[in-house]
Amino acid sequence: MAFIARQHPGGVVVVEVDGQLIVGNRQELKQKVLDALEAGNKKFLIDFTKTGYIDSSGLGVLVSLSKKIRDEGGDLRLAGLNDDLKTLFELTKLDTLFAITDTPAEALAAF
Amino acid sequence: MADGARNACDAGAGSSGAMSAPLFAEFARRETAEGGLEAELRLRIPSDVNLVDEAIELVTRHLEAAFVDRHIIRFNLRVALAEAVANAILYGNGEDPAKGVGVHILFGRNAVEMEVTDEGCGFDFRHVPDPTLPANRMRPYGRGLFLIRQLVDEVRFNEAGNSIRMVVRRT
Repeated sequence: MAFIARQHPGGVVVVEVDGQLIVGNRQELKQKVLDALEAGNKKFLIDFTKTGYIDSSGLGVLVSLSKKIRDEGGDLRLAGLNDDLKTLFELTKLDTLFAITDTPAEALAAF
Repeated sequence: MADGARNACDAGAGSSGAMSAPLFAEFARRETAEGGLEAELRLRIPSDVNLVDEAIELVTRHLEAAFVDRHIIRFNLRVALAEAVANAILYGNGEDPAKGVGVHILFGRNAVEMEVTDEGCGFDFRHVPDPTLPANRMRPYGRGLFLIRQLVDEVRFNEAGNSIRMVVRRT
């Protein structure tokens, strides 16, 4: 299972991405988050600590989720990106769009 | 190097054949006169996005023995190839299972050349919006070709736009 969602104390939904976020599985992540949003959750942390790769479709779904969550008055943060993944965010200037922290703990503290 | 990029734009044009067949690969390796290694790899990928990962794995596995380059070169190559294949499947072939994506990789001493060809009508590669512009940044698509251009040393399309050639220098 690539995406594991759990409720963190403080009302944050933490979604762990295990492996990759790519064109073949991005819809699954999108659905998981949208379902949680619809259930009334407003705070989301996507944890990429165990993620080796994100492709442009994966970046696209994060952009799409960011907009949707913001439209609902929510907050989305990303954490745990390795250096390769940070490069992809920087190249596409998405590092300025998202709230990104090195560790999930830092992200959780910022909500 | 262009494979006679097949183009199935005309209504009723035939497809390339048994695209329900799994990934198909040819691999050749040869020692050069200077004692180096060259490799040539050809794949034919059915238009299923779930196969992109498997195709990349196949390529990296075949090149592993010789591909001792710096991480950045391996990463750039991997990203560029994955994006090109995904684009070919999604946009070039419209995920039509009857169409395939041809991949041809020449792994030489100084550079790796990769050619990815779909069976679609091509597109206007000269006018692709910049996804980093503020007006485009919230779009969920449009970053694949941009990333390719950032990460490889040369990008060239055939005239129709259904075949992309990417070069990554190893030195």
